[in-house]
Amino acid sequence: MGELRLMKGNEALGEAAIRAGLQGYFGYPITPQSEVIEYLAQQEPKHNYVLIQAESELAAVNMMYGAGGAGARVLTTTSSPGFSLMQEGISYIASAEIPCLFCNVVRGGPGLGTIQPSQSDYFQSTKGGGHGDYHTIVLAPNSVQEMVDFVYLGFELADKYRTPVTILTDGAIGQMMEKVELPDPIEYKPDKPWATTGKTKDRERNILTSLYIQSEDMEKKNQVLQKKYDQIKKNEVRFDEYKIKDADIIIVSFGLTSRVTRKTVDMGRKKGMKVGLFRPQTLWPFPWEKLEQYAEEDRIKFFISVEMNAGQMVEDVKLAVCGKKPVHFYGRMGGIVPAHDEIYNHIQKLSEKE
Amino acid sequence: MLKEMVFAGFGGQGVLSLGTLLAYGAMKEGKEVSWFPSYGPEMRGGTANCMVNISDEKISSPIDTEFDIAVVFNKPSLEKFEPRVKKDGILIWESSTIDKGPTRKDIRAYAVPAIKIASEKLENTKVMNMIAMGALVKVSQIIKTESVHTALKETLPQRYHHLLPLNKKALKMGMDLVEKK
Repeated sequence: MGELRLMKGNEALGEAAIRAGLQGYFGYPITPQSEVIEYLAQQEPKHNYVLIQAESELAAVNMMYGAGGAGARVLTTTSSPGFSLMQEGISYIASAEIPCLFCNVVRGGPGLGTIQPSQSDYFQSTKGGGHGDYHTIVLAPNSVQEMVDFVYLGFELADKYRTPVTILTDGAIGQMMEKVELPDPIEYKPDKPWATTGKTKDRERNILTSLYIQSEDMEKKNQVLQKKYDQIKKNEVRFDEYKIKDADIIIVSFGLTSRVTRKTVDMGRKKGMKVGLFRPQTLWPFPWEKLEQYAEEDRIKFFISVEMNAGQMVEDVKLAVCGKKPVHFYGRMGGIVPAHDEIYNHIQKLSEKE
Repeated sequence: MLKEMVFAGFGGQGVLSLGTLLAYGAMKEGKEVSWFPSYGPEMRGGTANCMVNISDEKISSPIDTEFDIAVVFNKPSLEKFEPRVKKDGILIWESSTIDKGPTRKDIRAYAVPAIKIASEKLENTKVMNMIAMGALVKVSQIIKTESVHTALKETLPQRYHHLLPLNKKALKMGMDLVEKK
């Protein structure tokens, strides 16, 4: 068993990055994520990573591009408005196929918004975000423990597929403390023959670029990316289920909301409602196939996506269910976390209608 | 058994530390814990609170709507959280600064003049949260007294360790203030 600590999500993420062999952190403070850079700055003298507080998120993302391109294990963290500023760079990084780990501790938007927790960056994170045909793998932790576990996983997947990976969490998980088991530190030895580490005599120059002037070359690059995304869709779908085996109503939610809906499930079960929880841990690739299977089962009456936004993931649920069963939505916006009983009451009303 | 709690007061009164110490102590006893702060545009003098859950099983939501235990240090917090204490739940309130106490009869309310005792008997108002902790531990038995001692020792930075005896004394005084109902 690893070391047990009581930690904030943001600090745990920082500690996990150090233990997973972090070599470069580039970021700009923004609430509710600032504890990450604060923690990493405090720990920096004891470790071997480079930490730079950039002059803006634009600068930070391009430092990620550079250091990641040189083969370093790199991380940046930010919150919604900052993540918007990074999108151009993420598009370049996806095209140049550079492993980088991003974490967006989401706050309410649009605009400068509020500092309270939200899930309104789902579209931005899962459908691209920047320009061009690309995806990042999107991991959605729902506990401080998963903040740690998904840092390890995120770095691994980034290296394995040479792709940017996003941890999409929210202000509540960043700010709250829970018991967390920290894994043993690993000695990171990058194996990246493509990295721009200086030309040696025995090989050609390594070039990392996202510029392909000839359409044929650009299409070829796109085909390489799409092939990779197909592999990711095949291999990396992750989800978690709770009391779903005999359920006739399935709640779908991720991140903090899935903690609240777990309580809704317990409340519903006590009152005789056969409700279960389906929680995507990867938002891209989304577990479309598994939900489709459930949609085909007779016992299922309907699905309801519960989110802290105006209805974003519900579109992926509808894609998966493909009209086979009704798909409902319940959400709160602007930094409000829905209460477990308010969700229960909503489902109760829906099930009377169905 | 899940216990849902809230600690609320002015920023600077030590409500977040109180919650942290309790969560840490419970973790050391092998329990599942969660601690969730209000992290809006808080400032010294403004109101702050944290919700703490302690359970033998995995905790679902870290955010609670009703509470088994509420500890409040100022009037706005009393007004906000008194209605949300569960029936037969515990409400500990700071009685030397809040002029009008709780009105509900279906809860177990304890008046604790923590600020007065801390300033008059211990000459340090900062430990008033530990007086409240003493009262809380006594009436709820939520964690062992030794676990609070462990939590203090392991969460306070080394440079404050000379204050450990004072904190323990405050804890003891809080325990002596109340009788379990």
